[in-house]
Amino acid sequence: MTFRPTTRRSTLAAGAAAIAGLAMPTVLRAEPAAIKIGLIHPVTGPLAFSGNQCRIGGQMAITDVNAAGGIKTMGGAKLEALLGDSQLKPELAASLVDQFAEAGAAGFTGCYASSLGLAATQAAAKYGLPFSIDSGVADSLTTRGLANTFRLFPSATVCVNGAVDELAGLNKAAGGPVKTAVLVHENSEFGTTTAATLKEKLPAIGIKVLDVMPHATPTRDFTNVVLRIKEQKPDLVIISNYLNEYVLLIRTLKQQRVPSGIFSVFGGGFSLKFAKEQNDISEDVLDFNNWQNPKAPTTAAFRKRLDAAGVATTYEVFFGYYAVKLLADAFGRAGTADKAQVVPALGASTFYPDMLPYNPTKFVNGQNQGAQGVGLQVQHADVKVVWPDQFADAKAIFPRPKG
Amino acid sequence: MISLSILEAGLVNGLLTGGVYALIALGLTLIYGVLHIVNFAHGSLLMVAMFGGWMLVEWAHLDPYAALPLMIVVMFAIGWGLYAGVIGRISGGDDRRILLATLGVAIVLDNLALVLFTGDTRTIETPYQFAVIEAGPLLLSVPKLISFGVAIVLALLLWAFMARTDMGRAIRAVAREPDGARLVGIRPGRIFALAYGIGIACLGAAACLLLPTFYVSPQVGNVFVLTAFTIVVLGGMGSFPGAVVGGLLIGVTESLGGLFLGESLGPIGISLVFILVLLFRPTGLFRAAR
Repeated sequence: MTFRPTTRRSTLAAGAAAIAGLAMPTVLRAEPAAIKIGLIHPVTGPLAFSGNQCRIGGQMAITDVNAAGGIKTMGGAKLEALLGDSQLKPELAASLVDQFAEAGAAGFTGCYASSLGLAATQAAAKYGLPFSIDSGVADSLTTRGLANTFRLFPSATVCVNGAVDELAGLNKAAGGPVKTAVLVHENSEFGTTTAATLKEKLPAIGIKVLDVMPHATPTRDFTNVVLRIKEQKPDLVIISNYLNEYVLLIRTLKQQRVPSGIFSVFGGGFSLKFAKEQNDISEDVLDFNNWQNPKAPTTAAFRKRLDAAGVATTYEVFFGYYAVKLLADAFGRAGTADKAQVVPALGASTFYPDMLPYNPTKFVNGQNQGAQGVGLQVQHADVKVVWPDQFADAKAIFPRPKG
Repeated sequence: MISLSILEAGLVNGLLTGGVYALIALGLTLIYGVLHIVNFAHGSLLMVAMFGGWMLVEWAHLDPYAALPLMIVVMFAIGWGLYAGVIGRISGGDDRRILLATLGVAIVLDNLALVLFTGDTRTIETPYQFAVIEAGPLLLSVPKLISFGVAIVLALLLWAFMARTDMGRAIRAVAREPDGARLVGIRPGRIFALAYGIGIACLGAAACLLLPTFYVSPQVGNVFVLTAFTIVVLGGMGSFPGAVVGGLLIGVTESLGGLFLGESLGPIGISLVFILVLLFRPTGLFRAAR
């Protein structure tokens, strides 16, 4: 056996080790339980792309909150995602809420489509668990009196009213060149209610609705629709439909040489990708939709982060992101994940999504009154905010140049 | 009130769209009509072919029409491989198991596409995608005219192959009387794989012809597959001229239905024509080559 004399260095090392050893159980004991959040989206099926975008946003928010030290008022508790694929089945969305509630979820975000959100928020209401809607525009999501349901983002009515205000403003500024319009919409709840509201409000701003043309999803060919539009010679074609039909319709308008301007409300295919990759049909197209605030200092860095991860910059990522952040903020202010305190904290929330073009946050019956859509236009293969002036990074080209 | 020029345009457009439907139905009439395989994977394989074509266009910078022969060969190989390696082995000739096997293949392919390509919609750009031929007041889409022409040529080729070649006779023999065919030295497993391969190869052609005017997404097959089954039954199971005429009839019905009833209600016309044809001609419009 070799004797090693005690030195000052070895004593210090032993002391440090002892302190570390004593401290270790304290650290382990202090690690608070993770807060589970159910992220419910259609990540397979027809809405897979948009559902995935929402999920990616939600996961990014969880990463950011955890990287910043978790929920500080709860001892740095980390957020943990419970991921659910609701496909396009409301009953599955509701069943995922039941499963996640059983697994200890403290709150939910979701579900991209209104039909899924309606089922899931109702299921979460049974448990009184908070639900932060990330996308889904149906007014009824927050008008049914569910105390657990909160939407930081705008409802359909807010957006359609915003679109009418934009059209009125642009048309007036240009000397009123647009006098007639044809509405083309997909025939489910979203397109039908949007078109009905537009039909009711457009005459009041001096635009006569010549025709309203509903179509199914999917529709394989738009030639007939476009021929009928062409015959009526409207100044503007106003579209409300989903991604694939949006692209097919605008392609057919171009092919059949329809000179009318194109304006969409919630244009499903209106995106940066549409602006860049299909610029021969997308240039000058106007859309009223959800978008990020181009003037916010953090937006450019967030977009770079998405580019680096190979994720398309769409509003769904931002919505997924802020839906989780809204919940995290409420956990932080409540200092607990207990639903009895988190739900009132959400109701009193003034959390501001700094990358979105909104007015200050104020919740009334679960709906953020500061949320709004913005007017967009494809200009030089990029998407620009053209309305309202407060957030605009370009001036609208209106009416559409001929040829 | 719909004007005469719109009506004419609708009719012509229906015929051109029907050409595209016929293309997709041609392969199915061989698989479903002749071999009686309820090929649930037909839509998914169309999607695979469209992604294949899209990759050749975007990554190898081929023109979609130049990619057509290559995609026919690739899809033939995929079809042959799928039947020989998966569907044939699982089914063992049992119709119910064939149905489940093709359904399984469809689910795997759809979800694989979702993982590899995400749910995003893709389109290609070609110099002629908006090209039109002006015929009076009508603007006829050049890519649609091409797919219409190819559908006719392909139908004639397939008809000639089935009616005039030994291989075609062998396929028909196996479909009608597998035991008898085996007795005269035909190997049914190989013939089924070959016929399935040919049916799927047709999708390779359809995909390349659709690409200039349509989009690609993991769900794209579902947009066409039910219509293709309708056309096969309407035209007469296993009849290639039937598939073409059925496709054109469905195209025109859909187009005029859309004009008169609106795009939402228009598709009812397809069901009405389908019921009427089957009421008066239960075997479909044409009798298959036997």
